[in-house]
Amino acid sequence: MSESVKAMIDPSMIPTKQDEDASDICLNVNNLNLYYGESQALKDVSFNMKKNHVTAFIGPSGCGKSTLLRCFNRMNDLIDGVRVEGEINLDNINIFDKAVDVTALRQRVGMVFQKPNPFPMSIFENVAYGLRLQGVTKRRVLEEKVEWALKGAALWNEVKDRLTESALGMSGGQQQRLVIARAIAIEPEILLLDEPASALDPISTLKIEELIDDLKSQYTILIVTHNMQQAARVSDETAFMYMGEMVEFGDTNTIFTNPTKKQTEDYITGRYG
Amino acid sequence: MREWFKSGTPWIWLNAGAISIALVAVFGLLLLIMVRGMSHFWPANVEALHFKSDAVSTTVIAEVIESETINADSVPGMEEVSGEVTRYLVKTGNRDILGSDFKWIYETSLVKRERPEQLMVLERIEWGNFYGYLKSIHENGQLVASVDTQTDQNIWPEFIARLERTIDIREKILDLEQGEIGSINYDLERLRLKQRRLEIDGKLTDKKLDEINIKRAELQENYAVLLKQTEHLYNEIKRDSIAATIMDGRVVTLPLEKIVKAWQPNKMSVVDKTGFYFKTLWAFITEDPREANTEGGIFPAIFGTVLMVMLMAVMVTPFGVIAAVYLREYAKQGAIIRVIRIAVNNLAGVPSIVYGVFGLGFFVYFLGGNIDQLFFPESAPSPTFGTPGLLWSSLTLALLTLPVVIVATEEGLSRIPRSLREGSLALGATKAETLWRVVLPMASPAIMTGLILAVARAAGEVAPLMLVGVVKLAPSLPLDGNMPFLHLDRKFMHLGFHIYDVGFQSPNVEAARPLVYATAFLLVVVIVALNLSAISLRNRLREKYRALDN
Repeated sequence: MSESVKAMIDPSMIPTKQDEDASDICLNVNNLNLYYGESQALKDVSFNMKKNHVTAFIGPSGCGKSTLLRCFNRMNDLIDGVRVEGEINLDNINIFDKAVDVTALRQRVGMVFQKPNPFPMSIFENVAYGLRLQGVTKRRVLEEKVEWALKGAALWNEVKDRLTESALGMSGGQQQRLVIARAIAIEPEILLLDEPASALDPISTLKIEELIDDLKSQYTILIVTHNMQQAARVSDETAFMYMGEMVEFGDTNTIFTNPTKKQTEDYITGRYG
Repeated sequence: MREWFKSGTPWIWLNAGAISIALVAVFGLLLLIMVRGMSHFWPANVEALHFKSDAVSTTVIAEVIESETINADSVPGMEEVSGEVTRYLVKTGNRDILGSDFKWIYETSLVKRERPEQLMVLERIEWGNFYGYLKSIHENGQLVASVDTQTDQNIWPEFIARLERTIDIREKILDLEQGEIGSINYDLERLRLKQRRLEIDGKLTDKKLDEINIKRAELQENYAVLLKQTEHLYNEIKRDSIAATIMDGRVVTLPLEKIVKAWQPNKMSVVDKTGFYFKTLWAFITEDPREANTEGGIFPAIFGTVLMVMLMAVMVTPFGVIAAVYLREYAKQGAIIRVIRIAVNNLAGVPSIVYGVFGLGFFVYFLGGNIDQLFFPESAPSPTFGTPGLLWSSLTLALLTLPVVIVATEEGLSRIPRSLREGSLALGATKAETLWRVVLPMASPAIMTGLILAVARAAGEVAPLMLVGVVKLAPSLPLDGNMPFLHLDRKFMHLGFHIYDVGFQSPNVEAARPLVYATAFLLVVVIVALNLSAISLRNRLREKYRALDN
């Protein structure tokens, strides 16, 4: 199914061996090491990610996949005692470079967290938050962008009549889509999703997955998930991580049907949990 | 028995018992203050007590306040009586004639107690209450009406009508003196200061002097007109007087201008008395004190307390919140911050009088003195800010309550979920933007909690205020119609200090006692009202910013 959807959206983006050249690579991770004080959480991780692809990170709890995800928008800066070596190149600029403006980076690399975390404001203000930070004050522009973002997050029809109500009154699934709308309102290039559906019921999960499928025409998406079926359903590439190391990275179909590493196969088939 | 102990039942009883005792103590205290204080305004019946001993008849006209039974042997001068004897504490009023308001009388020679309907009580501007019978009414010394025992002519309505006229005139005089004349005086003083200022700066040209003199002449002209009006009113108010008989048969002349209120309690029905009660209570809350605070109302004290507490809240909140934000969000958590935090917590335990001493030394003398030198050289040698006043009182109390606000705010900041901060940062907000737009609004209920605690503490604080700005009697309110409306340099009155002053500094202890209770009760009411408004605000904020449930 994912192949046909991809074809519908943008035929040129179908990944083939032939057109995998440097211009398609949007993120390049190079010998990334990360330490929490003395303990090493990421060990020499290197891989490339392609533009407008969905990359899933799977692996047992504590394997470092969330830590890796939080490297891309430098969320780990907030934690005391974190030290990073190596580089992540976004458009050939190392994001760990001292000259990089972290807030500008975070505007380019949006993030959605495991638990929905809407701000205690109205639905409208939640989505407009990032825009206001960028200095947008014109009511008309804000309204347009908020509507666009809510439509993009497949939430517009459900909330268009109660934009001024508190976002805390929404259901968990709606809140998570609101948070996605909030993230895409500022038009980032990359979306980081940290187990976006783990706190949701199956129907909400399905909606989120459909949304991810829609969104990848415009965004490069990185998703961390515990749900193997979800990874298989939504992603183009999958990375299997174990104990801070990237064990295997490749095409989702290949990883799930014909993994090269024994560890990957054990994990996917449930022999290792 | 062992089973019973093991079941935990005795502990539950113990805990419940402790709570009940605490509740009974609190409500008992409030009830005592309320009953003692609020019953003061009830128009009690006045009795005529007739005594006869050794063929000499005497009459005492008084309110019976309380009675007690004692052993006669312990009373000097009552050797002939043995066993128990009852004595009454009575309020005879007429302090100017009889020398004292209250006295103890013994029951031994009491013949008859009665409540003559014609008995009247007058509340006077000076000398407390008057008790007696109305005899006649005079206008400019000429008899207008008198009580004739034969015709039984009722002159009470006539008296009340004339009294109302007098009260009207008195209010007009007060309005003129405090309103227009007060504001002319204020303007004249400002003009004088302006001239002095120009003199000091060496800029007093003839032209400017002329301008000032013209203005001054104008003001003085207005003043003369107003003065004429008040003089006229003063003549008017002196017109009427009454003659009244007191208990020993003497006839006393009372000018109406000295009478505040007149009533005949023995004639009043319960409904009349209830109406009278609420009128008196209202007057107590809204009027200025008289007679060394033992008479009249306590409005300036209520006003001063509330204004001072509000100013304090306005000062302490931003200061405390900013300090807490630095401690919790920006400072590097380590040994130094721990020491600072302990110091802040200990600051809350410093005796309040110490803050008063600090306020006097630092704010009043140092800060105030320097402000005077820099900005108010024209009013020297009389100080403007270099003397205790409203501003310094609020600042001192703000300092006193600062730790409470800091601790509560820190607590609130630490409870904001990490996920919300990250959500904001992930959208490209800086730390300051996150704080300002997400964290602080969500911490506002906690800030309000700190403020509630601060207000509760500040409103009841007296000791430091005695050093930095509270006075027994303030000539004018710190808020009035003259620019700049809020006079931070003025001294003010405070309910807590008022209680102390009325209760322990007053020349007339017995008369002041009910006022102490009434003022204490009002202080409690004011604090409760301030707290309730803050709590309702907090609940609204809580509802708005309630944290995520999961």
